[in-house]
Amino acid sequence: MEWNWAFVFEILPTLGDGVIITIEATLLGSLLAIVLGLILAIARRAHTRWVAWPASAFIHFVRGTPLLVQLYFLFYILPDVGILLSPLVAGVIGLGLHYSTYNAEVYRAGIDNIPKGQWEAAKAVNLTMPQTWLHVIIPQAVPPMNPALANYLVAMFKETPLLSAITVFELMNAARSVANYSYRYLEPMTLVGVFFLLISIPTVIVLRRLERRYTLRS
Amino acid sequence: MIDWAGYLTLILGGAWVTVKLTVLGCALALCAAFIAGLGRLSRFAMIRSATVAYIEFFRGTSVLVQLFWAYFVLPLLGVPLSPMQAGILALGLNVGAYGAEVVRGAILAIPRAQLEACVAINLSRWQRMRHVILPQAIVLMLPTFGNNAIELLKGTAVVSLIAISDMTFEAQVVRTQTGNTAIPFLTILILYFALSGTITLGIRGLERRLSAGLDVTKG
Repeated sequence: MEWNWAFVFEILPTLGDGVIITIEATLLGSLLAIVLGLILAIARRAHTRWVAWPASAFIHFVRGTPLLVQLYFLFYILPDVGILLSPLVAGVIGLGLHYSTYNAEVYRAGIDNIPKGQWEAAKAVNLTMPQTWLHVIIPQAVPPMNPALANYLVAMFKETPLLSAITVFELMNAARSVANYSYRYLEPMTLVGVFFLLISIPTVIVLRRLERRYTLRS
Repeated sequence: MIDWAGYLTLILGGAWVTVKLTVLGCALALCAAFIAGLGRLSRFAMIRSATVAYIEFFRGTSVLVQLFWAYFVLPLLGVPLSPMQAGILALGLNVGAYGAEVVRGAILAIPRAQLEACVAINLSRWQRMRHVILPQAIVLMLPTFGNNAIELLKGTAVVSLIAISDMTFEAQVVRTQTGNTAIPFLTILILYFALSGTITLGIRGLERRLSAGLDVTKG
C-alpha cells in the first residue's frame, strides 16, 4: 500500500476536530487529577484511620486496575444509578480519577521530602497550621514536584485514545471512522502516531531540562 | 434466570488469556529492555542512536496507537499478525522501552569503584557486566520492573479493542448478554487487582532472594 498525500489532506480536517477533543480531555482530566490528587494525599496523611485507610485503599485499587475497565465502569454504571453523563464527561472523570492516584503519590513524596526541622521551625516562630502550609511547606514542596506532575500529564495525554472505546470522538476515534469508510488504515493510523510524537517528544525534552535544573539546585 | 456460573467460566477463560498476554508480553519486554538498555550504554554511536529512537518512539505514543498500528498497518506492509501476536508485540515493545531506561539507570547507579575494581583484576567487558555489574544492578531494577509489569497487565485490557477475548472483552460479552454491568465489571476489576497484587508479592519475594549477600540495597 502506497502513502497517499491527497488522502492525507482530505482527512486532516476530520482528524483536527479529534485533536481538539483530545486536548480538551487532557486539560480537563489533568485539572481534576491535580485537585483530587491533593485531596487524596492530604486524606492519606490524616491522623484518623477512618480517613487515611479508605484513601490509601482507593489509591491502591485504582492503580492496580486498568483505566479502560474503569472507563467502561463509569460509562455504563453511572446511567444505571440515574446519573446521565456525556461520554466526554465520563471520560474526563475516568482520566482524572485514575491519574489523581498517581499525583497523590507525587504530592506525598514531595511533602515527605521537606525536612522535619522546617515544621519545627514553623512551630517555634508560632505560625498557625495554614500559615505553615502556605508560607513554609508548599513553596518548598511544589517546585520539585512539577516535573513529576507534568510527566503524568503527558502520560494522561497518551492514554486519551482509550476514550474512543466509550464513543468519545477524539483523535483515535476520528482516525478509525475515516479508516472504516475509506478502507485505508495506513495514513490515519500513522498520522495519529505522528501527532502524539509531535506533542510528547518536545514536552519530554523540556521536562528533562526542568528536572535537571531542580536536581542541580538541591 | 441468568446462568451466572456459566458467565463466570467465560470471564475466567478471559482471565487466562489476560495472564498469557501478561506473561508473554513481560518476556518480550524484558528482552527488549535489556537489549535497548545495554544498547544505550554502547561504545558505538550507531547503536546508541538506534536504541534512543526505539525508546522515544514507544514512549512518545500510547500503547493503543501502537496496537492499532501493528494490527491494521503492519499487514499492509506485508507483515500479517494475528491479534494475539499484535497484542504481545505492542505491549512488549511498549513496556520494554520504559524498562530500557530502568536498566540504564540501574547500571549507571552502580558505584564507579566497582568498575575500577574489575579493571584492576583484569576482567573483560563481558565478565564485568555478567559477574559484577548486572547482579547488583538487577536488584535495583526489580521494584520498577514490578511497576512496569503491572502497567503491562493493565495495558492488556486494551487488546479487547482488537477483538482478543481477554477478561475485559468477556466482561463486555456478559454485559451485552445479561444487560447487567455492575456484576461483570466489578468481578474483573477485582480479578485485575488480584493479579497486580500477585505481581507485587512475586517481585518482593524475588527482591529478597536476589539481594541476599549484596550490600547495595537499601535493605
